[in-house]
Amino acid sequence: MKDIIEQLETRRANARLGGGERRTKAQHGRGKLTARERIDLLLDDGSFEEFDMFVEHRCVDFGMDKAEKIPGDGVVTGWGTVNGRTVFVFSKDFTVLGGSLSDTHAAKIVKVQEMALKVRAPIIGLFDAGGARIQEGVAALGGYGEVFLRNVRASGVIPQISVIMGPCAGGDVYSPAMTDFIFMVRDTSYMFVTGPEVVKTVTNETVTSEELGGAKVHSSKSSVADGAFDTDVDALLQVRRLIDFLPANCEDGVPEVPSFDDANRVDTSLDTLIPDNPNKPYDMRELITKVIDEADFFEIGTDFARNIITGFARLEGRSVGIVANQPMVLAGVLDSDASRKAARFVRFCDAFNIPIVTFVDVPGFLPGVAQEHGGIIKHGAKLLFAFSQATVPLVTVITRKAFGGAYVVMSSKHIGSDMNYAWPTAQIAVMGAKGAVEIIFRADTGDADAISERTREYEARFLSPFVAAERGYIDEVIQPHSTRRRITRALAMLRNKHVERPKRKHDNIPL
Amino acid sequence: MFKTILIANRGEIACRVIKTARRMGIRTVAVYSDADRDALHVAMADTAVHIGPAQASESYLVIDKIIDACKRTGAEAVHPGYGFLSEREAFARALSDNAITFIGPNAHAIAAMGDKIESKKAAAAAGVSTVPGHLGVIETAEEASRIADQIGYPVMIKASAGGGGKGMRIAYNATEAREGFQLARSEAKSSFGDDRVFVEKFIVDPRHIEIQVLGDKHGNVIHLGERECSIQRRNQKVVEEAPSPLLDEETRARMGAQAVALAKAVGYDSAGTVEFVAGQDKSFYFLEMNTRLQVEHPVTEMVTGLDLVEMMIRVAAGEPLGIAQKDVTLSGWAVESRVYAEDPYRNFLPSIGRLTTYRPPAEGRFGETTVRNDTGVEEGGEISLFYDPMIAKLVTHAPTRIAAIDAQARALDAFAIEGIQHNIPFLSSLMQHERWRDGRLSTGFIREEYPDGFVARTPDDTERDTLAAVAAFADNVSNERRKRISGQLRGRGYAFPPRRIVRFSDGVDVHVRVANAGRETAITFYNDDTERRTVSLRSNWVPGQPVFAGVIDGAAFNTQLKPITNGYRLALSGIAIKASVYTAREAELEKLMPVKIGAGASKSLLCPMPGLVKAIEVVEGQAVKAGEVLAIVEAMKMENQLRADRDAVVKSIKAKAGDTLAVDAVILEFA
Repeated sequence: MKDIIEQLETRRANARLGGGERRTKAQHGRGKLTARERIDLLLDDGSFEEFDMFVEHRCVDFGMDKAEKIPGDGVVTGWGTVNGRTVFVFSKDFTVLGGSLSDTHAAKIVKVQEMALKVRAPIIGLFDAGGARIQEGVAALGGYGEVFLRNVRASGVIPQISVIMGPCAGGDVYSPAMTDFIFMVRDTSYMFVTGPEVVKTVTNETVTSEELGGAKVHSSKSSVADGAFDTDVDALLQVRRLIDFLPANCEDGVPEVPSFDDANRVDTSLDTLIPDNPNKPYDMRELITKVIDEADFFEIGTDFARNIITGFARLEGRSVGIVANQPMVLAGVLDSDASRKAARFVRFCDAFNIPIVTFVDVPGFLPGVAQEHGGIIKHGAKLLFAFSQATVPLVTVITRKAFGGAYVVMSSKHIGSDMNYAWPTAQIAVMGAKGAVEIIFRADTGDADAISERTREYEARFLSPFVAAERGYIDEVIQPHSTRRRITRALAMLRNKHVERPKRKHDNIPL
Repeated sequence: MFKTILIANRGEIACRVIKTARRMGIRTVAVYSDADRDALHVAMADTAVHIGPAQASESYLVIDKIIDACKRTGAEAVHPGYGFLSEREAFARALSDNAITFIGPNAHAIAAMGDKIESKKAAAAAGVSTVPGHLGVIETAEEASRIADQIGYPVMIKASAGGGGKGMRIAYNATEAREGFQLARSEAKSSFGDDRVFVEKFIVDPRHIEIQVLGDKHGNVIHLGERECSIQRRNQKVVEEAPSPLLDEETRARMGAQAVALAKAVGYDSAGTVEFVAGQDKSFYFLEMNTRLQVEHPVTEMVTGLDLVEMMIRVAAGEPLGIAQKDVTLSGWAVESRVYAEDPYRNFLPSIGRLTTYRPPAEGRFGETTVRNDTGVEEGGEISLFYDPMIAKLVTHAPTRIAAIDAQARALDAFAIEGIQHNIPFLSSLMQHERWRDGRLSTGFIREEYPDGFVARTPDDTERDTLAAVAAFADNVSNERRKRISGQLRGRGYAFPPRRIVRFSDGVDVHVRVANAGRETAITFYNDDTERRTVSLRSNWVPGQPVFAGVIDGAAFNTQLKPITNGYRLALSGIAIKASVYTAREAELEKLMPVKIGAGASKSLLCPMPGLVKAIEVVEGQAVKAGEVLAIVEAMKMENQLRADRDAVVKSIKAKAGDTLAVDAVILEFA
């Protein structure tokens, strides 16, 4: 009996070595951690329970049957806890056959995916792999398909998070692409469908992996990634922080932590946030951090479409999603990128019952040939659709401009928002004074005095929150310093919001 | 007594005057420009009058607008504060023409002291010690050495037409005096076409010491002791104290008597300051007289217990002083730091913008120490480019100089300002500087002690432990709370390891163990596995607070603490450092991570403030050394040299002379 037990320990120790010391060293030399080291960082100390440690591949082609077989087959899977809450994890092991995906490797991933879905707990994938195992041919492709299918089945049921910590190319990219969030590690990770060599052959473009699909490109340009971190350690510890904001699934509701921050805290400095000059920007992030609990804001998509801010925060210790125009960048205008970014975030929050707080200072949609030809109609519609469709509690605060169609889109009362507040500095109108006067009083064109008189009239009448408040489009005009208290109370009142939608197979969001 | 007074100023001094006036039951009127619509002094005053655009020359400096504001509000008197119109003879006269009282000296005294040469003559006539020298033109080298012998060495031989150090020589003996005369004379001739030179006493390592005087309209004048203001940067006072560590009773009495004599000679009838330059041997010489309330008057108030603004108002209203010289006693020590909106890490470049965080330390009396903060701003206020960049004057008072300095250090550590750059790191560092603490001062102090500019201090072992304890405590508070998140696996309460490694950004690890015991938290420090030291840390800090106020083993301290990715940015006594708190496993794996050099920012030179590019000093492809000037940007009429923060090669230049740049605009990029 004893020697059998010892044998188990030997086999386990062997499996834990992964691709061996030499490859581990090489992995460290690249500034990367191994699959198991990453799991150590992601999960609570000692909480990891591994599945399928002894799985080996069954490939016999191209001499694979003669080569050394390494238990685990290039991916470590299992479950554990993050601050005591269950999560599932798979972590690609670059030291074992380059982390390449085989039939059995895929089967291991599918097993944790199904388990995560069954027990309604989040799943986190750590990617660092060389793509499909070519020797296995179509079996590997089939494996991808199985993984993709589970991604889609779990979508909107449990949070799925992907962290790209090394190469992620070809078929490997589509599993992360279908998850809720992708994070990347700077300098050591890249993602692309086809690599630089193929690009060179096909389009004759010369490009490095970093330039083609590095963390910077994907987090600021393509929007494939929702964030980038300097190192493996930073990325994994921040994913732990993110998990604390997320519900386990679409039914359990948001997690709650004890809050040290008084819900009734007033912040008089907000009374001077809006500059006297309407064309002067201010930092919307200041409002966000002063309103939320303890200034603790987990931003999503920080470097992409910076004219809109999205991220998670807490009020009274309960998670909320924040969507806010950022006047510091492009005056906070809605363009295609900003609309897409916010729409996806709103849909995530709605899927997982996270209430949404929207701060509005938007001068309108961005005009221009590039925007129109780039399909701003359809992209803008995504955000409109997402807010209109949301059934979670929606609280909106208009701080300054809310002009034209963009006013309607930004979680207005008309499209289903529950509580809409405006600061006294709000200007809710179809457009700014200059443009409006030029159209309405075309007859006065050229008469500078008349135009300036008309402009003053327009400003006095429409560039305020009161016309909208008279119609009930704004529930109340509030003092900036009491914003936190007002939002918190509104969310408390809305906690049991229940909305039924007509039965349908699913909606048809303008993708 | 006046029923209503108007304060022809802004910022902290306007607020300061309003406070006293209110205490005296006097109604106050503030004036404000466009830029100050939401300023604190406007909110504090009973009435406020708008006097024009932001530029001082069109608002605070326009005499007619001030007089008009007085008439509209019924103000019977005007307190001018300092700066602006405070030393304008014309202003005092204009007020008196309109039957409004000027809360300051009479116009004659302002005029007499306003002129540099006249004031020196008046001083000499009143028996005030002036710098020994020979104002006549010297013809020969022999004459120069003879006069120098009479004055006493060292002497300075200066060109009459001189300036900028040209035609200036310092001589320590007769030979040098003769040589210096020849050199200064020929240099003066070639530089200015005027070879006249004169000789005066050269004061080695001079100190700036000034006497506060106070007179009334009945001929009484007293002095309130001295202030030392030797800590200066480019002739701008940074730290002041009262009394001076240099003076003894006898010297103080002599300086005071001379200052009073001068004040009496010019018929001085308000608060004023007689400035002296002093040698390390306690010799002192008249510099000039300021006919107004000085910025640094609070240190005098703290050691005398008098309210100078109140006394100014009373004497202006015609009351006699009420106290005689013998009633003036100095008790304890007071230190004042001027908190400026300037970046100490970037050669004190001015910084403007919104004060997103402004949390001054608590004011009041705490045991034997007193903390006072004179300010004109509040959180959400604006530091604009139109006015003086001073944010606040932080004053501490205690029985001894060292106690006052330590109280100042603690108060500075508790002073949280964000949104703009400020000089608190420099001030905090200064409070720990041995030479400052020893009182070995001179006006060259900052130049001598910080020749290469300011860099953050390196923590000593005790400070390192304190910082580690703070980081571990903060981490522990967050962990304790995470433990209570909803939705945890039942029956298996998540417990995190109590042993932690605090890793500082300079690479030093401190091993700690954190244990809660009631209100105290025990922090044990380890050298590997052996216990080194255990301290008890008490704090009410909760996440979200920018200042960590704690007590370690009975000693109170404050630390600035700001969460960053997986760690905290900490500031204590001029130390600025980052710390991450890891489990043993996290620390082990973090060691394997590559060091990333200045993610992004230092790959390019960004414009630190909105401004105009005056010159680009480098070309593409040029290799530059750390500290080398890369570009010159003009902002707020100040030319600022932007230097390389590391050795690098210039890859591309994105701006050219004449460009107007926004803050953080890219000027050039490094390879």
